[in-house]
Amino acid sequence: MPPISQTAKAAFAAHALAALALAAPAAQAQDLNLARNLAATCANCHGTNGNARGDMKPLAGLSAEKIIAAMADYKSGNQPATIMHQISKGYSDEQIKLVAAYFAAQKAAK
Amino acid sequence: MTTNKISLGLNRRRLLGAGLTLGGLALTGCATGTGSGPSLGRVVIVGGGFGGSTAARYLKMWGGNVDVTLVERSASFVSCPISNLVLGGHKQMADITRGYDGLKALGVKMVQGEVTAIDAAAKKVKLAGGAEIAYDRLILSPGVDFMTEGTPGLQAALDSGRVLHSWKAGPQTVALRKQLEAMPDGGVFALSIPKVPYRCPPGPYERACMVASYLKQYKPKSKVLVLDANPEVQSKKALFEKAFKDHYSGILEYRANNELKEVVGTTARLEFDDVKADVLNVIPPQRAGDIARSAGLLNMNNRWVGVNWLTMESTAAPGIHVLGDATFSAPAMPKSGHMANQHAKVAAAAIIELLQGKPVNATPVVMNTCYSFVTAKDVVHVASVHQYDEKDKTFKAVPGSGGVSAAANQIEGRYALSWADNIWSDMLAV
Repeated sequence: MPPISQTAKAAFAAHALAALALAAPAAQAQDLNLARNLAATCANCHGTNGNARGDMKPLAGLSAEKIIAAMADYKSGNQPATIMHQISKGYSDEQIKLVAAYFAAQKAAK
Repeated sequence: MTTNKISLGLNRRRLLGAGLTLGGLALTGCATGTGSGPSLGRVVIVGGGFGGSTAARYLKMWGGNVDVTLVERSASFVSCPISNLVLGGHKQMADITRGYDGLKALGVKMVQGEVTAIDAAAKKVKLAGGAEIAYDRLILSPGVDFMTEGTPGLQAALDSGRVLHSWKAGPQTVALRKQLEAMPDGGVFALSIPKVPYRCPPGPYERACMVASYLKQYKPKSKVLVLDANPEVQSKKALFEKAFKDHYSGILEYRANNELKEVVGTTARLEFDDVKADVLNVIPPQRAGDIARSAGLLNMNNRWVGVNWLTMESTAAPGIHVLGDATFSAPAMPKSGHMANQHAKVAAAAIIELLQGKPVNATPVVMNTCYSFVTAKDVVHVASVHQYDEKDKTFKAVPGSGGVSAAANQIEGRYALSWADNIWSDMLAV
């Protein structure tokens, strides 16, 4: 990483941020989109980017640890639920980590 | 993400400040887009329901500068989910109607009209009235249309307005409610359900409950006759059967294997007998919407559109993405508004990659939740999660996941209404 970013800084002094973004491994960008795509499967109930309305739980801005723990509790049955005990079992632990990180990075509305 | 945005902004300001012109490309992009930089391409979407609206919203949200045109017949969106509550008198049309202003504000070009033809070779759609719109990628979210040819009398009955389907929310919802209000106490409401597959598997049974809830309160001598072409209740079976018994005993009668053979007036002719109804509500057998048929996309049983689940592209015409009820469903995948919304997100993500020549997500996931009202307040759900299976190239329901409510309950009654609020907001940005 250091050699790449240094080269980048030297070449495009005014575009350090852009250069860093471009220098990020392609796999990382793919993971970002994968997290985004997975999180979007929750939006029908939990709102776009986790900004829920009404009686649904907002997920935007929650800590990733909290989301991961809640999903684990739904999966195990430790946390009783109307529906999340069934939905949580459809996602792998890896997928839940990605989703949790995505929602943690979202700004809560209001 | 934030870093990326800032850097693009700097980039752009710098370029403009230096007096560099990006040419017509960037200007065209900026004319309709909300992002910066040149347009990724032109996407035309046909149909502004759950699938098409969601695709428009997510193409804008995820793609930045994608030119998105959404062609829709109606001036506003009317939701099929929750529309059975309007029939029951528990909700009003305004409660299930939303506008397209949220999408417009995102830069989606809304065209109220009807696409009559698709020229896949020239990549353009033709509208009634002659206008043409060119595209780089086309999305069809045409919903269903009806197959009435196998049931003599049905098309004429529907055309006359005497028999309603109300399987597309809007004027048909209003008209059926009026028929119910005009029905005398002691009248018979007959509901004909087609063989699967049809749009919204639990919908007919919810409708039976909602109509019965109205009659129970206001016209208790009346009857609801459910004439199901299928051998049993097709979704949430035990929960609906319990609701029929607990709440509507003496009012609602369920008859399995009662396929509609002919319609005469408001009489339903079945295989062995005739049912004379005061209000006959026929949900006809269905296939993908007309535009998918005229475009030659019905390559599955001459009814549905086969799709590549990684991109939602038609297997009959690559470059044309098809969403929602019109698709030939993957195993255990319901035809629902929720699922159409999920299809749209797979398509939007894929199209943004394809327009940039990048590989699409190889591991998409979709899920479904469907709430049904069995009384004005008590609700039952069915849920499922479907992961893409690389070997069989289809979505498969995850073993051990999903399921139905333990029992009808009022907590899920609140969740059902919140679900509607959230999904309408998710698709329409309202």
